[in-house]
This record gives sequence, structure tokens and C-alpha cells, in this order.
Amino acid sequence: MFDKENLEQLKKSHKEWENTVNTKVVTKRPERKKEFETSSGITVKRVYTPADIENLDYSRDLSNPGDYPYTRGVQPTMYRGKFWTMRQYAGFATAEESNKRYKYLLKQGQTGLSVAFDLPTQIGYDSDHVLSEGEVGKVGVAIDSLKDMEILFDGIPLDKVSTSMTINAPASVLLAMYIAVAEKQGVSSDQLSGTIQNDILKEYIARGTYIFPVEPSMRLITNIFEYCSEFVPKWNTISISGYHIREAGSTAAQEVAFTLADGIAYVEAAVKAGLDVDEFGPRLSFFFNSHNEILEEVAKFRAARRLWAKIMKDRFKAKNPRSMMLRFHTQTAGCTLTAQQPDNNIVRVAMQTLAAVLGGTQSLHTNSRDEALALPTEDSVRIALRTQQIVAYESGVTETVDPLAGSYYIESLTDQIEQKAAEYIRKIDEMGGAAKAIETGYIQKEIQDSAYKYQKEIEAGDRIVVGVNKFQIEESAHKGLLKVDPKVGELQQKKLAELRKIRDNVKVNASLDILKNTAKGSDNLMPLILDAVKTYATLGEICGILREVFGEYQQSIVL
Amino acid sequence: MVASYELRILGRFFEELLEHKLKGVLNLERPIRVVVAKPGLDGHDRGAKVVARALRDAGMEVIYTGLRQTPEQIVETAIQEDADCVAMSILSGAHNHLFPKVVNLLKERGADDVLVVGGGVIPEDDIPGLIEAGIAGIFTPGTPTSVTIDFIKNNIKRK
Repeated sequence: MFDKENLEQLKKSHKEWENTVNTKVVTKRPERKKEFETSSGITVKRVYTPADIENLDYSRDLSNPGDYPYTRGVQPTMYRGKFWTMRQYAGFATAEESNKRYKYLLKQGQTGLSVAFDLPTQIGYDSDHVLSEGEVGKVGVAIDSLKDMEILFDGIPLDKVSTSMTINAPASVLLAMYIAVAEKQGVSSDQLSGTIQNDILKEYIARGTYIFPVEPSMRLITNIFEYCSEFVPKWNTISISGYHIREAGSTAAQEVAFTLADGIAYVEAAVKAGLDVDEFGPRLSFFFNSHNEILEEVAKFRAARRLWAKIMKDRFKAKNPRSMMLRFHTQTAGCTLTAQQPDNNIVRVAMQTLAAVLGGTQSLHTNSRDEALALPTEDSVRIALRTQQIVAYESGVTETVDPLAGSYYIESLTDQIEQKAAEYIRKIDEMGGAAKAIETGYIQKEIQDSAYKYQKEIEAGDRIVVGVNKFQIEESAHKGLLKVDPKVGELQQKKLAELRKIRDNVKVNASLDILKNTAKGSDNLMPLILDAVKTYATLGEICGILREVFGEYQQSIVL
Repeated sequence: MVASYELRILGRFFEELLEHKLKGVLNLERPIRVVVAKPGLDGHDRGAKVVARALRDAGMEVIYTGLRQTPEQIVETAIQEDADCVAMSILSGAHNHLFPKVVNLLKERGADDVLVVGGGVIPEDDIPGLIEAGIAGIFTPGTPTSVTIDFIKNNIKRK
């Protein structure tokens, strides 16, 4: 990019400048810190110059938006064409309550739905299971059967909205229910668009809602890839998630590394199952965190796009450009929200929104100010959505594609994050891949070490969190938090008992028997799960049958 | 006579040494033993693991249970490990149900001398009820680990 002679001249004069600053300025007025570094431990220089990106080759490393390696974005026009999908993760209590919240959000200008399920649903237990006690409807909506799903999407045309479902271990069951509800609305499965998270590896690493061991879990995932490529072609079959890895305490570079390592494992599993990389590759999607350090985050998103494109092209020999495009959803970082002076969180979320948008996200969830205290109230959710709308309509950052490209610092950071992530991936390859690195606890330990370091920095005052370890005030209890009715559990149990009485139990049992037998073999389970949900077999019954055949995952605990 | 006097002095010296120095140096007193537990189905364990490591760095013995523990399992671990403290973390909102259950089970098993503390996303309105139910301390987001460490040190009811 730069003339060699000029560059040498520049390096020389820059060195002189640094020396002068060090002797003349810093000795009199020292800088705030001896060392400046990013979350990923990358040293931040006083200033960046062309010398920091001397090896940058525009067409090789950046290229046009919409062109390989997609560093600048996956679409040629990005937000000049249309904004990202504004998608607030929501759901609580019963299907009836959540349906109301969805209709409210759509009316407020939200452009896609994002369903939060309660923990029993995510772990494949019905609301009347003993382990569901106290958890029903708490962190999301309780779904026990197709009946609940019909209520959840009542009056919402599934051919018009796209729906993202945060569901992993039982993703096949919830997807089947969604297809069945659509069918009842007269919408065929090839018209459906949306996403299931379906990312079990990060559940083992960071999020915890696993059910089955690695192998049968990977089978269910590849079954979904295969089924959807034929019957639900517009569906994102997986959302490979760094979000929770970051929430668990990883650095930005680790987030990229472990997410893409998981991605590699899924592609390998699918290829091993006989699928063509260009059949399922275009439907892979990603999910990242947007944290506080704006510039490092922007670099992170760009580095992730470039690295994934290379992996798909070079390692997996993908031919279809869509297989190489890293499309991603973003959520602002929940772990940066403080319980102290919660209104300050609005500002944090706004910065994180800006980072996600400057990084070229395809969809975004913004957290609400009160989420360190409880589930968000309607008012808080509205402010969070408005934050996205203000960035979209008022900030001007959406008028040109990848506006920070070419910044000496941003390009240098993008390179360094990519290098760090690639180094981790090499290590994980040597260990035998992501699943092995999880089994030995390597990935978890790396994340925990970063989390502990972060906490120690806060407690030592080396890292300032406004309102927490500096600028504190006396606060009285925060009022007006959302409360989930404790009766939700009882209500769901009543609904379940009623369902078990009125459905055709002969049909239910027959469908579960076939599922069980097929699970023992190697055929695709999706069609049978779809048959089972249509008989109103419950989520717990279906997962229970699969638990019998597959067994359960045993967590590896490392401290 | 002189020898016996000297011996007595020497004896007292050793006694004192044993009392004040050796106990500290060799740590003859058993360290505080804490079971860090994740009750319920919630998988958010960053906080629990950070606290576990901080307690360990503060010289305590820490047993981390891992995820998805029933109150029965937690109480069983606490009794088996002869724990001085059970520290639980919940971010799913199930605290009002699960924390008191652990306290009650400990009581039933005659282990009500075990200090029980909790943390996580816990609305302030819920805290008085939890304290009344026998949870000695609730630590919400933003609490420095040093506060939790001091609280445990100052409140364990040594058997």
C-alpha cells in the first residue's frame, strides 16, 4: 500500500518523534499507565502509523464489501441497503404472556422475534418434572408441547416474521414444533426464516444447558443440517456462539478463537456424515458479543469474518461464496451491566451497539438497563430498542460501509486478533479438535483464567467500572422490577395434566417408540421428531426417550 | 535447681511458640472449608468459579460442585466434606425456592451450624426474605470477592 522509501523515511521520523515525546513530555507529565493494553492483552501503542500496516494488501486482506475475504462486510451495500434486524431476546412466564410481549415489540418497530425459553425447556424437562421446580417460566417462556407453541405464535404470521430461537440440546424438537405451527397457519416449511442456536459445544464450554453426550449431540445437529437443506432452506440451522464464551469471561481474541474452533468441529462432523460443505455451509450463522472496548470489538468482528472465510475456502474447500460468509447476530455484553446506578447501563449499551454496527452485524439485541437486577421491564426494553434505532437513524455511521477500514489502529488490531485466534485454533487442532479440548477442560480453563484476571483487576482498581469501584453513590432499593408470577409453574402443570388426558395417547406412544428405535440406528431423526410433536408428545417425553438411548453428558469440572 | 528453672523457661518458650507462632506458620488449624454450589438448572458459572478461586487464594479449601445440583445433593456434599460454609450462586431467578430449601435440609440433617451464603442476580426486594429464611449473606453483582471472603471468615460457626 505504501511506497517503500517513504515508509523507511516515516519509520525514522516516527522513532525520533517517540524519543522526543518520551524525553520531553512523558518525563514531565507521565502517561496514565505504564502499559496500555486491550482486553486480549494486545499492547496498545501511543499512536499508529502506516508502518503498522505496511504488509496490508488491500485486495487480499480487505477487498470490497461482499467480496472474499469479507473483512469489510458480507453484503456490498450493507446498511445503505437495509439496517440490521433489530431483534430483542424476549420471553417469560407462559406462552400467553410472551405472545403479548412479542406483539408489543413488533408494534414498536422490532423487525424479528427472538424467543427465550425457560431452563426446563432448554434442558428437555416438562414443567412438572421434579428438577423444574422453581425454574418454570423464569428466564424464558415454558414450552411443554405443541399446544404451548401454538399459543406462543398465535396471530403472528410465520411467513412474515423471522424467528430466532435460543435453543440448543432440544433444538430439533422446538424446530419441529415451529414447523408444525406454521403448517397449521398454512405456511409451508420452505417459507420459514429464522435461526435455532443449536450450538451444543458452547453449552459444554460456557452456557450449561446440555443434555446428551458429544456424539449423539453432533448427530442431532447434522440431522438438522441435512433436513433443513431439503425442507427448510431459508433457515439458519445453527448459530455458532461466542456470546456466552465472552460472558463467561474470555477475551475478544479467545471469543473468536473458540467460536471458530467450534464451527470447524460442526463442519467436520457434517462432512463426516456425508454432507456437502456447500449444501449446509451457507446456512451456518454466528453469534457474537459486543463488549465495551469499541475499537477492539470492531476489529474482532472484522477478524472473525476474514478468518472464517479462509477456513471455509482453504480447509474445507468450499466453492460457494455464501459458505465463506460469516453472518452474525450480536448481543451487547450482559456481563458489563452493573447493578449499581443501573441507568448508566443505557450508555454502555449504546457504545456496544455502535461497536456492533461499525463491525457489520446482521442483527442485534440490545440489553436493558435493569438486567443485572432482574428480567427487564417493558420500559427498559423500549429504551434498549430505541438505542438501536437512534444509532440506525441518527448517528450517520450507517451511511457508508465499514467506515473504520484503513485506520492504522483498526487494521493492525484486526490482524493481531486474527493471528491470536489462529494460534489458538492451531493448538486446539493439535489436541484433536474442539470437542477434545472441551473434554480436557482446556478451553474452559483458558476462559476462567481470563475471567479471574478481569475480576482481580477490578478489585485492585487497575480496571475501573464506573459506579462499582469508582464514582459510587448511596442507592436505595430499585423499584419497579419485573416479577414473574410464581404461579406459572402450577399453571403449566395444570395445562400438562389436561393435555395428557385429552390427546390420543396410543398415537403418542407409537410415535415415541419409532423414535426410540430409530435413535438406536443412524437414520435422520428430524422427520420422526416432527411426527411425535404433532401427536402432542411433550418435549420432556421426547427428550426422555432420547436420554434413554443416548445417555447424558457429564461435565468436566476444572477450577 | 537452676536447671529445673531453665527447663521451665524453655518449656514456656516452646508453649508460646506452639501457641502463637507454629499454629500460624504450620497452619495447624484446619482451613475454612467451603462448598461452592450451583443449585438448579442455571448454567451461568462465571461468578461461582471466580468466587471459588478467590476463596481458595484466600487460604480456604474449596469444593466446587459443578452445575445442576439439587438441594439434596448440595447438603449431602456439605455433610460429606464436613464443610463450614455453603456458598451458592443462582442467576435464573429460582433463588427464593432453592436457597431456603438448602437451609432447611441442613437443619433436618442436624447440620445447621453450616454457614449458608448466596449470590447472583437477586432483586433487593427478595433479600430480606432470604435472610429470614436463614441465608446469612447475599452478595449481588459488583460485590468485591474480598467482601465475601471477610464475611465468611467472620461468620463461620466453628464446630
